[in-house]
Amino acid sequence: MKPRRRHDAFWFWMIRIIAYSTVAVTGYIVFDIIRNGLPAINWHFLTDYPRRGGAAGGIFPAIVGTFLLVTGTIAVALPLGMATAIYLSEYSRRNRFTETIRMAIITLAGVPSIVYGLFGLGLFVLFMHMGASLLAGSLTLACMTLPTIIVSSEEALRAVPMSLREGSLALGATKWETIYKNVLPHAVPGMLTGSILGIGRAAGETAPILLTVAAFYLPNLPNSIFDQVMALPYHLYVLATQHPNAEQIRPMQYGTAFVLLALVLMVNAAAIWLRIRIRKRQRW
Amino acid sequence: MTGAASTAVLIVILIFFFLGREALPFFKERGISDLIGTRWMPVSFQKELYGVIPLITGSLVVTVLATIIAIPFGVCGAVYVAEIARRGEKEFLKPFIELLAGIPSVVLGFFGLMVVAPLVKEIFGLGSGMTALTGALLLALMAIPTIMSISEDAITSVPESYKEASLALGASRLETIWKVTVPAARSGIVAAVMLGMGRVIGETMAVMMVTGNAAILTLSPFESVRTMTATIAAEMGEVAFGSVHYAALFCIGLILLAATFGLNVVAQRVLRRK
Repeated sequence: MKPRRRHDAFWFWMIRIIAYSTVAVTGYIVFDIIRNGLPAINWHFLTDYPRRGGAAGGIFPAIVGTFLLVTGTIAVALPLGMATAIYLSEYSRRNRFTETIRMAIITLAGVPSIVYGLFGLGLFVLFMHMGASLLAGSLTLACMTLPTIIVSSEEALRAVPMSLREGSLALGATKWETIYKNVLPHAVPGMLTGSILGIGRAAGETAPILLTVAAFYLPNLPNSIFDQVMALPYHLYVLATQHPNAEQIRPMQYGTAFVLLALVLMVNAAAIWLRIRIRKRQRW
Repeated sequence: MTGAASTAVLIVILIFFFLGREALPFFKERGISDLIGTRWMPVSFQKELYGVIPLITGSLVVTVLATIIAIPFGVCGAVYVAEIARRGEKEFLKPFIELLAGIPSVVLGFFGLMVVAPLVKEIFGLGSGMTALTGALLLALMAIPTIMSISEDAITSVPESYKEASLALGASRLETIWKVTVPAARSGIVAAVMLGMGRVIGETMAVMMVTGNAAILTLSPFESVRTMTATIAAEMGEVAFGSVHYAALFCIGLILLAATFGLNVVAQRVLRRK
């Protein structure tokens, strides 16, 4: 081998090692949570209420709470985000208004999650008198998820070839008929993929719900959208940092971390699976 | 449809408006000069102090450290995926990076508490592992996926002809990567780093769980620090709504919002320039 080629090979290996060390660390984090968390998981842990300040019992209400928050977030953010994406991709012209919307989306994507929490507290909880509630929390998370949904949905819409729209319009369909029958059916799986990723992130967020909805312990499941709920991320945070006997409840902490991680990873896996299926099916 | 599209604009306006609205009483009662102090003591028997400088330096120390740690991993990762890795390797690497981006920050913080903090304590022989460095290590993990994916886009979009020209002139593949491809993608990589920084400076949970949260003025990575985000999250639960302390926390929120907004705008400028 010539010296220069050997020199190159050495540096390629260095870059490879650096790239794979990120993978190794990621793998180790997941491994650590699974190794310590899995033994704590049993039927009671998943279906019981917490007892003795979270030191015993289960995390059932936190699972339900997170599930409800995610449902609320989807209900608000998905239709809004998709409608915005359809507007941007199909109707908008290059003008001031469109530019302003794009700028706003980029800005929203950069706002820190704790600032969303402050915003939700100021607007929904206090100004609109919703109190700390499922509704306020869902709305806050929805605002946070909106940019992700819009950006990925628009990308999916733009990937649909122009010829499909032109063909439909040429046959006399109206603009909306064209979008509804010839563009959306092809774009919806792609729109969902990105949206699911955004919603998965919302499910794991703590900072926004800290100020707008979360309670550490509630004796009952919520009855209405104006009730507080427990949530997995907040539960883990309190168990890990606020509990007086933090050392003795390791299994509870790791168990909660495991359930939260598993939930988020399942959501992500679903999105990736959907994406692979689309790639196989679409050929244009 | 137009109405729905305007929502994003409306939310941005509302965020600025409501943060300003809730922060306003502080300026009325204490004035902006009270914010520019070196001591943050919101609960006190004599006079409450709301100097945000230690919180800003806390955020800065952690953010700068995290960025410095994340850049080599993010950029080398991007170079590897875009230029060196084979197809199959790419398909293996990318989901891992998405996985890293998908780990909730509270889980990462918990991992930091259990594993990283004791490690930092051991390696550097410190009294406590709850330091700025511990926080920075976790935040670097959160910045890497952002830096990597945006840098990768930038590197991939460098025209093939640049590389071909370089190779044709006798440069090796490595020389082509470092002297042609990466410099050509420079603006995208810079923007990627800035967006990664934006993500890091706004991160709350992971950093709150492992930095010890002492509001002291220091630039040492081995001291406990308290960031702006952690201050809001930790103290908002205990304040009376409408009090001076409450308004002061919203002031911090405004500073954070301005910082991330600024980073974002500049990063977008850089991205568009090419």
